[in-house]
Amino acid sequence: MLQNYIPILILFLLAAGFGLGVVVISMFLGPRRPDPSKLSTYECGMEVEPGARQRFDVKYYLVFMAFLVFDVEVVFMYPWAVRFQKLGLFGFVEMLIFLLILLVGYVYIWRKGVLEWE
Amino acid sequence: MNFQMADLQLLAPHIVVLATALLVLLAEAFCKGERKGYLAYLGIAGIVVAALLTPRLFGPQRLGFSGMLAGDGFAAFFYFILYAVGILTLLVSQNYLRDERFEHGEYYALVLLALVGMMLMAGATHLMVVFLALETMSIAIYALAGYFRTERSVEASLKYFILGGFASGFLLYGIALIYGACGTTQIYDVMAYFKALPALTSSPMALAGIGLLTVGFGFKVAAVPFHAWTPDVYQGAPTSVTAFMATGVKAAAFSAFLRVFVVAFQGTHVEWSGVLWVLALLTMTLGNLTAIAQTDVKRMLAYSSIAHAGYLLVGLVVGTPEASSAMMVYLLAYAFMNIGAFACVIMVGRYGQENTSLDAYAGIGFRFPALGLAMAVFMFSMAGIPPTAGFIGKFLIFKAAVHEGYYWLTILGVLNSAASVYYYLRVIITMYFKPSPDEPAVDGLRVGPSAALATVLAGVGVLYLGIIPGGIIKLAEQAVRFMG
Repeated sequence: MLQNYIPILILFLLAAGFGLGVVVISMFLGPRRPDPSKLSTYECGMEVEPGARQRFDVKYYLVFMAFLVFDVEVVFMYPWAVRFQKLGLFGFVEMLIFLLILLVGYVYIWRKGVLEWE
Repeated sequence: MNFQMADLQLLAPHIVVLATALLVLLAEAFCKGERKGYLAYLGIAGIVVAALLTPRLFGPQRLGFSGMLAGDGFAAFFYFILYAVGILTLLVSQNYLRDERFEHGEYYALVLLALVGMMLMAGATHLMVVFLALETMSIAIYALAGYFRTERSVEASLKYFILGGFASGFLLYGIALIYGACGTTQIYDVMAYFKALPALTSSPMALAGIGLLTVGFGFKVAAVPFHAWTPDVYQGAPTSVTAFMATGVKAAAFSAFLRVFVVAFQGTHVEWSGVLWVLALLTMTLGNLTAIAQTDVKRMLAYSSIAHAGYLLVGLVVGTPEASSAMMVYLLAYAFMNIGAFACVIMVGRYGQENTSLDAYAGIGFRFPALGLAMAVFMFSMAGIPPTAGFIGKFLIFKAAVHEGYYWLTILGVLNSAASVYYYLRVIITMYFKPSPDEPAVDGLRVGPSAALATVLAGVGVLYLGIIPGGIIKLAEQAVRFMG
């Protein structure tokens, strides 16, 4: 029973070993000449201004929640699209119902003014 | 995936309740006006339609959706418990929310969505569906617990959310291990696999899976030692939500607990019943002992709900069809008496002042005779004194335990039940025998037609089940026979 998991264990060890190994090897082999611009936070080559720790409008939170819903929706649709032919009419109707439920949520947040940005 | 139109019949009640929830949400978005209390009646109408579609499921088992959902007597019986919980909760909430200035449609939509999750839990015959349904229910309940946006309410919501998420992880890991051991997560296939391979009952992977599932379900039914969240969450949440959580979540979690343990894991009954024996005893004893020390009625009811989970676990330990049907009757009785008691707690409070301390109840029995009578009936029922529903529930469970030779558990359970009489009767004694102070904390009841109706319905339910329980007991016995 448990022997079946040995390949997974080996894969796990290999993956962890590779990841760690590369970091350790570059730690020993890589040349190291730090200067201030190399040590600074990288953001498109620009100087960081004025720092990331500032207040965000709470609306970002709502927009993000709305985004997440549609993001997950699309993730759900990919496997569905791959098997579309096999699933047939049933799969099509199922997906329509799923979209309808999401649509109700969308109409709700729209009416509640989440999408208005003043 | 093969799908037949007949499968839709099994899902019809869920679809109706879900559609009602979406309608309520749209009505909230499109209807003018701030006060949306009338949406509660739309929700009740939806539940009634679902209830009309349910009786035809009451019969021999039919599986649908590739064996993921059952339409059988067992599921149908639990659907009816949940309908009762849903309707009573909506009725109780309506005028409570108006008084607390929180009369929004979202509340009713969330209650209905949680109800869909609970119903799916009762009907699920696949561990993944159990998990999904549990999450559907829980996420709605997390939001409901924080609905009042006061500090305590939000604290309750956050505590429940974080601990609940953790418990879901245990449940999911348990399901994964069971899948690893059996190669399937369909409940009847798991049962068949355990039967075909007796050596599996000593496999560490299967046993670890069963253990983790015990933790996950134990959390949802508030069994010791997974109960730590209960008092704070029950006390901080809006009282109507507490009533809903204590009855609906418990009924749904026990329905899945029953189907998974008594059906899927029946081959390992010897292994898990010992663990649950200890949990049942701890849950009863700790719930009752801590409830005795409480001076706040809402918190006392929270600990009492832990104690009731303990009595119900006794039924699960026994694991016979007789015990399962006893648990179903008990859960129905518990729904009526607990929502009734919380309805009374709501009436005693007023806007901005919940009045849940026991002192506030001094003398209100004579000043408000109807409330006093109702509260007394519910407290007697919780204590398990005939002729109320609580007595019948406890009697059936302990009878099933004695038939299987669990004498010690029965004796300890009855002793616990006797100890619980102290704190239930203390409420009655405070109401009737303590003189009311010169400036009483409660100068009027917040009662509307819907709350009064809910209390009367709950009271009638408690007395009906207590005096003529024969019909319901017979239904529950049939329902268990159909579980397979």
